[in-house]
Amino acid sequence: MTEPALASREIALVDLLDRLLAGGVVITGDLTLSIADVDLVRVSLNALITSVKADMATPWDR
Amino acid sequence: MSCYLYAVVPGPGRPSVEGLRGVGGATVSTVLEGDLVGVVSEVPDHEFDERALRAQLEDLTRLEAMARAHHGVVDTLADHATVLPLRLATVYRDHQRVREVLRERREEFAAVLASVDGRMEWGVKVYAVPSAPATSTPATSTPASASTASTSCASSAGESSSSRPVSGRAYLEQRLRLRRERDSGRRRAEEMSRRVDAELRGLAEDARHHRPQDPRLSGARGENVLNAAYLVPRSRGDEFSARVREFGVGESAVRVELTGPWAPYSFAAVESVEEREPSR
Repeated sequence: MTEPALASREIALVDLLDRLLAGGVVITGDLTLSIADVDLVRVSLNALITSVKADMATPWDR
Repeated sequence: MSCYLYAVVPGPGRPSVEGLRGVGGATVSTVLEGDLVGVVSEVPDHEFDERALRAQLEDLTRLEAMARAHHGVVDTLADHATVLPLRLATVYRDHQRVREVLRERREEFAAVLASVDGRMEWGVKVYAVPSAPATSTPATSTPASASTASTSCASSAGESSSSRPVSGRAYLEQRLRLRRERDSGRRRAEEMSRRVDAELRGLAEDARHHRPQDPRLSGARGENVLNAAYLVPRSRGDEFSARVREFGVGESAVRVELTGPWAPYSFAAVESVEEREPSR
């Protein structure tokens, strides 16, 4: 592997969350994310991104 | 203080965590139990009870900080050792509880560690890319997203073309043509995805498909039709990544993206073994 520090900085959050929420060992902790929590993250992200894009002049002109 | 568990690694030859910082900048340490090691750091109780965790998940800045800190620890470990990453935010009351879990689930952990030993994960995404608008087409009428943008796209196209009148019929014809182009682009991307996936499974030991990414989240241009992860021996990483980069060369309607190498996040799901796709 090469330059892990640099690679980490460049990683898109959405790629990271695919793996950290849908992947990884799921074991019961004293505190653990439930499926509902994972969906909550997606809903929150959707709402946030939508509101950010709504502020842009031509949101689909990319 | 509670105990945030990042990953499980084999005890023999375990990597040093000296100087490593985790969630909230806390010092990372290890908990040894039998032949397994839990990699942990302390987190404040008041930030990691049920209600506080929900608040963290809803706050994108804090969620991102946690995700990047988690990944930073896992990624550093993966440079030197076989690592079994845990899902984000797996927290125990104390080290003793981590030891109990390592002891109780030793067999499962050992089995998955063996299955990912010497392998890394690569991410491959295939997108259908909307074709460039024809010369007479107002740029605003080309949707960045095929499935989600149609409503707002229609209204924005209507507004923006008011300076240059277009007849209703011409407008509808144009919309129809764009839709046909999009559908054919999508079909092409789906065909390409099947080809890419079939060939890469031949190079990989295992494969998983994640949900296609919402373009509003990724900011990517085009529609994500394949979001896959492949488990590949470290020794074949160069061959695998070189092959992925060849796909999509000379393709204007399809884009292929490679990420990685990653720690084997997508292949560490001990609780959903029955959901795993056959590895050929």
